[in-house]
Amino acid sequence: MLEARELTIKYGERIAVAGVSIVLKPGEISAIIGPNGAGKSTFLEALNGQLEPASGVVLIDGQPLQKFNRRTIGRRIAVVAQEAELRFPVTVLEFVLGGRFAWAANASWGWETDHDITVANEVLHETELAELSGRLMNELSGGERQRAVLARALATEAAVLLLDEPTANLDLSHQSTLLALVRNRCDNQGAAALVVTHDINLAAEFADNVLLMKDGKSINSGKPQEVLTPSLLRDAFEIRVLVDAHPVTGVPRVTPVHETRRQV
Amino acid sequence: MTVIESHRNRSRTVYAASYNRTTLRKTLIACAVLTGALLLTVIMMSLVGSEHLPASASLCALFSFGRSQCALTTDQFDILFQIRLPRILLAAAVGGSLATAGASYQALLRNPLAEPYLLGISNGAAVGTMVALVFFGGNEWSRPLLAFVGALLATLAVYRLARGRAGATPERLVLAGVIVTTFLSSVIVFVTTLMDATRIRSFTFWLLGDLSGTSKNLLPVAIAIAIVGTVVLAANARSLNLLMLGERDAFDLGVEVGKVRIVVFVVASLLVGSSVAASGSVGYVGLVVPHLARLSLGSDNRLSIPAAALGGAVFVIVADTVARTMIAPRELPVGAITALIGAPLFIYLLKRT
Repeated sequence: MLEARELTIKYGERIAVAGVSIVLKPGEISAIIGPNGAGKSTFLEALNGQLEPASGVVLIDGQPLQKFNRRTIGRRIAVVAQEAELRFPVTVLEFVLGGRFAWAANASWGWETDHDITVANEVLHETELAELSGRLMNELSGGERQRAVLARALATEAAVLLLDEPTANLDLSHQSTLLALVRNRCDNQGAAALVVTHDINLAAEFADNVLLMKDGKSINSGKPQEVLTPSLLRDAFEIRVLVDAHPVTGVPRVTPVHETRRQV
Repeated sequence: MTVIESHRNRSRTVYAASYNRTTLRKTLIACAVLTGALLLTVIMMSLVGSEHLPASASLCALFSFGRSQCALTTDQFDILFQIRLPRILLAAAVGGSLATAGASYQALLRNPLAEPYLLGISNGAAVGTMVALVFFGGNEWSRPLLAFVGALLATLAVYRLARGRAGATPERLVLAGVIVTTFLSSVIVFVTTLMDATRIRSFTFWLLGDLSGTSKNLLPVAIAIAIVGTVVLAANARSLNLLMLGERDAFDLGVEVGKVRIVVFVVASLLVGSSVAASGSVGYVGLVVPHLARLSLGSDNRLSIPAAALGGAVFVIVADTVARTMIAPRELPVGAITALIGAPLFIYLLKRT
């Protein structure tokens, strides 16, 4: 449903992403992992047109992205980006209703319909924010705010979810709740998700496919078991890792082996 | 399914009324109340002035829309309809224009401190007006036109200067505004020296914001621009609501960011240009009024832009009434009154951001 073919993205002369491809399929979560500066977020930004690729093409249902206007893209692709600082007071509900913008009959003027309100309330329940809907965004904790950002993305009812470090500020339990919500969207409504993350073990657990990037290039992609191997991870992160099976779930478990450490 | 259904039912019954979201109804009520307040202010303030007019006769003449002189003498009638009322209507147009422009800049630039005067946009319009006066003195229409061009150029300059690699922070924007303001101030000083001595005094007064020179021809233009400009910007309010949260977020959610930016820059420059051409730089209106509107009615631009327009009209009418009556028969520039109120508020906002 969303496909990127051989995307190359440049910042001026510097090549940030070099010929990376990906296919997002309904019901699947894909994860992009890789060291800092690998071009993961840049790649993600090109997938909904935020960045213009120097070459390559992004296709929505087989059609090039440029053929659609912003509102159509907004209805198809939702983004959970790293949070922008809020400088004006808005309530959680107002914030989440922002996700309904692309569905408005008129490009700019107009009011939320009853359906918009119902959808917003549903996602507020899903993300356990219903009680907070009347509170101001800047009164929330970091974890609650992050959930509100996800709630807004879910409110767009887009079939493609692009998430950039969605779990960065979350504690262990909220990390898994958040990804469970994404998993749920994929399993029940046939959504496709792409998650950029630093948490390899979370990717191993939740993702159907993993794309490993370094220096703007794709090192490998495929099932977590195929990509999360000691040799590939060592190539990418330049650190020795131990990969075994998670004792409960059986998915690959990655443990870094640090050269310098406390003596036990 | 049952879980979702029960959620749906709960959301309809329990949560439907537990917040006060901005709705069309709320907006219409607020605008109706503010329109009433504006009409009341227009009527009340036209009774106040250095020349005492009998209240009941004046009201009678006002409500006849100038068709009947009622018990007013011809002189009194002329003061009311030829001097006071046009000036009040101009104050309303200027206040509405500047407050709308301020509210839109704030939303677009994601910055509660954005204001036409503080960003140097008013100064850009002032330079345009001066160029018109010095080089096309005979043509009245060249003033608002060149003021618009000046405002637009100043807007673009501030925008380019403020945009760093990490986007425009409030501090960076204010700093860019200071640079543009001081640069244009020196241009103004330079052009002023080209004028003859008799005009310099009235000119300096105009620069500080002066509504006494109400022009018969430009008044309807200023009013029309204020109304149309406010409508156009309010019509982009939903996009501005998202831009207020971040340019990237707005883009992701489906806002044509580039298009909205151009609309706001052009229309707000038009509003500032027509205000400055008519009345000089009345400062801080675009800061004080939108701030009060958001404080009392929330941040939704669908409500706060029209509310700011109406509130701005009331604010400048009252400020100008103070300006023309406080030391009557002499007058103060209205810009001095608005700055007296606005500058402390600016400091307060700066401390909070």
